[in-house]
Amino acid sequence: MSEILRFATAGSVDDGKSTLIGRLLYDSKSIFEDQLEAVERTSRDRGEAVTNLALLTDGLRAEREQGITIDVAYRYFATPKRKFIIADTPGHIQYTRNMVTGASTADLALILVDARHGLVEQSRRHSFLASLLGVPHLVLCVNKMDLVDYDETVFERIKAEFRDFAARLKIHDLSFVPISALHGDNIVHRSQNMPWYAGSSLLHLLEEVHIASDRNLVDVRFPVQYVIRPQDDSWHDYRGYAGQVASGVMKPGDDVMVLPSGFTSTIAAIETMDGQVDEAFPPMSVTVRLSDNIDVSRGDMLCRPNNQPDAVQDVEAVICWMHEQPMDPNGFYRIKHTTRDARAKVSEVLYRLDVNTLHRDTDAATLSLNDVGRIRLRTTVPLFIDRYERNRTTGSFVLIHEGTNATVAAGMIQ
Amino acid sequence: MPTKYELGHLKALEAESIHIMREVAATMERPALLFSGGKDSIIMVHLARKAFWPARLPFPLVHIDTGQNFSEVIAFRDWMAEDIGARLIVGSVQDDIDAGRVFEDPKSNAGRNRLQTTTLLRTIEEHKFTAMFGGARRDEEKARAKERVFSFRDEFGQWDPKNQRPELWSLYNGRHRPGEHIRAFPISNWTELDVWQYIADENIELPSIYYAHRRPVVHRDGMIMAVNEFVTPRDNEEIVEELVRYRTVGDATCTAAVSSAAANAHDVVTEVAATRITERGATRADDKTSEAAMEDRKREGYF
Repeated sequence: MSEILRFATAGSVDDGKSTLIGRLLYDSKSIFEDQLEAVERTSRDRGEAVTNLALLTDGLRAEREQGITIDVAYRYFATPKRKFIIADTPGHIQYTRNMVTGASTADLALILVDARHGLVEQSRRHSFLASLLGVPHLVLCVNKMDLVDYDETVFERIKAEFRDFAARLKIHDLSFVPISALHGDNIVHRSQNMPWYAGSSLLHLLEEVHIASDRNLVDVRFPVQYVIRPQDDSWHDYRGYAGQVASGVMKPGDDVMVLPSGFTSTIAAIETMDGQVDEAFPPMSVTVRLSDNIDVSRGDMLCRPNNQPDAVQDVEAVICWMHEQPMDPNGFYRIKHTTRDARAKVSEVLYRLDVNTLHRDTDAATLSLNDVGRIRLRTTVPLFIDRYERNRTTGSFVLIHEGTNATVAAGMIQ
Repeated sequence: MPTKYELGHLKALEAESIHIMREVAATMERPALLFSGGKDSIIMVHLARKAFWPARLPFPLVHIDTGQNFSEVIAFRDWMAEDIGARLIVGSVQDDIDAGRVFEDPKSNAGRNRLQTTTLLRTIEEHKFTAMFGGARRDEEKARAKERVFSFRDEFGQWDPKNQRPELWSLYNGRHRPGEHIRAFPISNWTELDVWQYIADENIELPSIYYAHRRPVVHRDGMIMAVNEFVTPRDNEEIVEELVRYRTVGDATCTAAVSSAAANAHDVVTEVAATRITERGATRADDKTSEAAMEDRKREGYF
């Protein structure tokens, strides 16, 4: 059985990210000949000396014309051990918005630095955003080791500097790999050029990093998505609550509480079209039947009576503003949180965070595109929340502009 | 040693797709599922059945019919809709041609492909659909790699790739004004290999042309084209009978076959795992028009 590992890649301009992704895809036989031929043809037509692997990921006309990556691109490759989903986030334009989007579902963040330049402002910013989005594993790839003669002291210096910086962030698992994406050193196999490096190759690390324990299997949270009631005589009294397990493990016979009503019942059965299941855990999509006929609808949440999320109308969160039009500090927005939809009013801007220095500007009156800051919101109905750090599903939300319907912010509940 | 509470990659992909389908059904007023009888739309129907079981699908199936499909596929489409008790709505490209809304370009090697957009948008408008499920995957093509799971379309059905809504976690924004709609892509994160492994694991039935069979073909522009009422041999072409199968199923006018002896889904999995050419690159004349052919069609409202 192979699992999925989702990872986000980030780096600054010219640090070799496209080359690295190209190499991972190529070495795992995920780039096809016609894709490579198309890229070679385009590179040649433009008079570029070497095949530009960035063209593999730059999918939009504007991106190819301007030579920049505009949007998060999703890439796929698989080895016999795992299926990998890469969220490739561009370094220069809309960096925060894209990095936050890519990191939101990532198990791992892969951050590249150029061995010649060491840590730059963007490496710190990307690491901070990965930690803000609760990405459990971070891998710092020190690339272009070939250009510093595969020198161990260069690698150790960058590693020490990064450890210093990372101590201020919440990063649970940190690894360092010295690589040359261009020459393939330490990508698939351990490199002969760096005998001093005792760790795994990058691909081996991606295959082996332990992600199963990153899931919250303790707090039962089941946001009800959809009520299934067949209009069919053979299923006359059937009433099932469909949803995806956000966290915890559910079993038939378990006592559950329904929020917001507070009614309690027991799980009669957990069902799928393939049959009943003994246990449901994240990220399974299942249908739950309860022993009692109580009123449950979309937006409700099932939990255990002795382990409930907080039901609040005042939410404090760190948000990332993602729209050209700045936040209206007195404005109303739609909020989407698990399967609940509500209106929310901004009640206070606590501070804006400088993502480079981590300095908190408490005089900030609003937040603009790519700003990160802490705010308070008041919602029209209670939300059933956990802290983001404990639960990435019940701790996250997005804000939507009521007039334009644009998604304007992503929030992590504190 | 496998840890407890791990979900294999196909089951995790299935769970994600079911979640997306339920979100659409719960939050969008009038959804419909685009169903061509091709393998991706067949697994979409399979996933939709799982999402709403034991109830029937809470939305109709919609086929945009160019009138140039493989007959095996149309027969399969009708059989499947009836088998699962779903309502099937067919939007006919021929109707738009007859009404003078679109014109065929006899020289185009993409056949009626591009014309489907008009019929699709007309069908959406006539039935006032607010969300259309599509079976597009991000691994298929470069422009699709950047598409959202909930992809917004304006009142003209247009996609604006530079102005897409950020999409985080599993929170999907389907809000839109009257006349606008959402395209929802539940199998965005599946690859061709995932699809075939799932078809094999779940024993999903497909139209026969996906598996190896002998048929008369001609070799044209490096592709193997079946000879039928739409494709007739040109002067310099010779009809030969070969063992082939189809990797994708579009119009009989522009979809090529590949040489293959794969007789069942397991054989196809083995073949796909070893292949070095993308499925659209190998078999679709409609994508070869230009480097941005797919992006341009998508902007206009294509699938």
